[in-house]
Amino acid sequence: MNKTQNVTIKGTKDGLTLHLDDTCSFDELKKELDRKLSNSSRVQEEDKLLTVKVTVGNRYLDAKQQEELKDLIRRKRNLIVEDIETNVLTREEVQQLKSENEVVSMARVIRSGQVIEVEGDLLLIGDVNPGGTVKAGGNIFIMGTLKGIAHAGCNGNAEAVIAASVMKPSQLRISEFISRSPDQNEDDGRIMECAYVSGDSQIIVDRLQVLMNKRPNLARFEGGR
Amino acid sequence: MGEAIVITSGKGGVGKTTTSANIGTALALQGKRVCLIDTDIGLRNLDVVMGLENRIIYDLVDVIQGRCKIHQALVKDKRFDDKLYLLPAAQTTDKNAVEPEQMKKLVDELKQDYDYIIIDCPAGIEQGYKNAVAGADKAIVVTTPEVSAVRDADRIIGLIEKEEHVESPKLVINRIRSHMMKNGDMLDVDEITTHLSIDLIGIVADDDEVIRASNHGEPIVMNPNSKASIAYRNIARRILGESVPLQQLDTQDKGMFSKIKRFFGVR
Ligand SMILES: Nc1ncnc2c1ncn2[C@@H]1O[C@H](COP(=O)(O)OP(=O)(O)O)[C@@H](O)[C@H]1O
Ligand SMILES: [Mg+2]
Repeated sequence: MNKTQNVTIKGTKDGLTLHLDDTCSFDELKKELDRKLSNSSRVQEEDKLLTVKVTVGNRYLDAKQQEELKDLIRRKRNLIVEDIETNVLTREEVQQLKSENEVVSMARVIRSGQVIEVEGDLLLIGDVNPGGTVKAGGNIFIMGTLKGIAHAGCNGNAEAVIAASVMKPSQLRISEFISRSPDQNEDDGRIMECAYVSGDSQIIVDRLQVLMNKRPNLARFEGGR
Repeated sequence: MGEAIVITSGKGGVGKTTTSANIGTALALQGKRVCLIDTDIGLRNLDVVMGLENRIIYDLVDVIQGRCKIHQALVKDKRFDDKLYLLPAAQTTDKNAVEPEQMKKLVDELKQDYDYIIIDCPAGIEQGYKNAVAGADKAIVVTTPEVSAVRDADRIIGLIEKEEHVESPKLVINRIRSHMMKNGDMLDVDEITTHLSIDLIGIVADDDEVIRASNHGEPIVMNPNSKASIAYRNIARRILGESVPLQQLDTQDKGMFSKIKRFFGVR
């Protein structure tokens, strides 16, 4: 009956990979996996835990099914599933990815009491007034004066940066790091500046130009002449 | 069909009531039919500033709750023929006695009979503010050249911008003391306007005559000679669509003045 194999095990220099066929039923797959792992002598020889990558091709696995597979593999062998790789994404996952990678632009003033939050990068054309807050999962770029609070990388991305035409914030936050402006801030704000988290976990405010060295991966564009 | 303008500020004591009384009176002086509404329930004082306190029989809440007809509650200002009326706030009732929907209905009804409905808003951003804004087509935000007043104005502008039925608000900067502005002890007109990024519709000097006039129940615009009076008349003319240059304050240099003219499209 089982002419083709639904489960193949491959060892590479990076570790083990389990290829699971995407055309058979999930139950069939589990049965064969169970059998394969019990038989396989190659893996048995070693006692120490091995990590394994699982690829499932064009099969969609929901969270429960992923758990089942991981469980099965863990129980049978000294194997730990490092990652389950699938070619399939749900609509929601795509939406989520999309919004995390999007630059949302808006032209308006963020006024006292207002909070704007985006999942990806924010490009604001206008000021953030004192008492106003802008938050982004990614970077924040403000073409205007930042007088309120900006929180970049608000879901825990310390690589995120904040840039503003005029930097006069009441507070800067990047990931969980906070820097507050001095209580007696008399200056008119400095122009064309950026903020990033340095190696020793400090928020540094510097000229905009340093970003190309500090955060080279800000560039998404490759090419040009 | 008239239009309704709410006068608001967020912060108390910056001159909403004074501005309402004077703009309303100035519009009446220009021959418009004006109805002032005091929505500061529990703390009414537009009637006092207008010198109409003694003639109040019914109030806003009486009208809303159906205890009288609108025309019974309107207090006529005899100094202006048939041009100027006041709908006073209730002094005793709980300020939650009125709902925004009811206010809107009332203002819509008044718009049939008057050219301008001027709505004096209470301080704050709660129920009283919501009532005052509910029926408005336009808004004037009053601030003084103080950081705290400007902060509250910013907050209020943000809220008004969310109201789809209200046009983008216009700014009045009140109680300007030119010597303080000149010394940099007060925010200057340009700073405030840029910060709030809305159109400026008038600046009013701090003028003792304003207080004196209010205490006599005669809005300052009725005295043609004071500086504040001219400022309020100018605001009224701008509301009527005229482009009137701003009063020159001693603090302003040329560059400043031309910047202000740009706000009104005057070149
Ligand atoms: N331009 C002005 N010059 C001097 N006094 C003023 C001026 N505008 C308002 N005032 C005074 O400030 C006080 C508060 O004004 P009011 O209009 O009652 O404020 P609000 O209605 O915003 O609480 C009053 O005593 C008023 O006479
Ligand atoms: Mg008042």
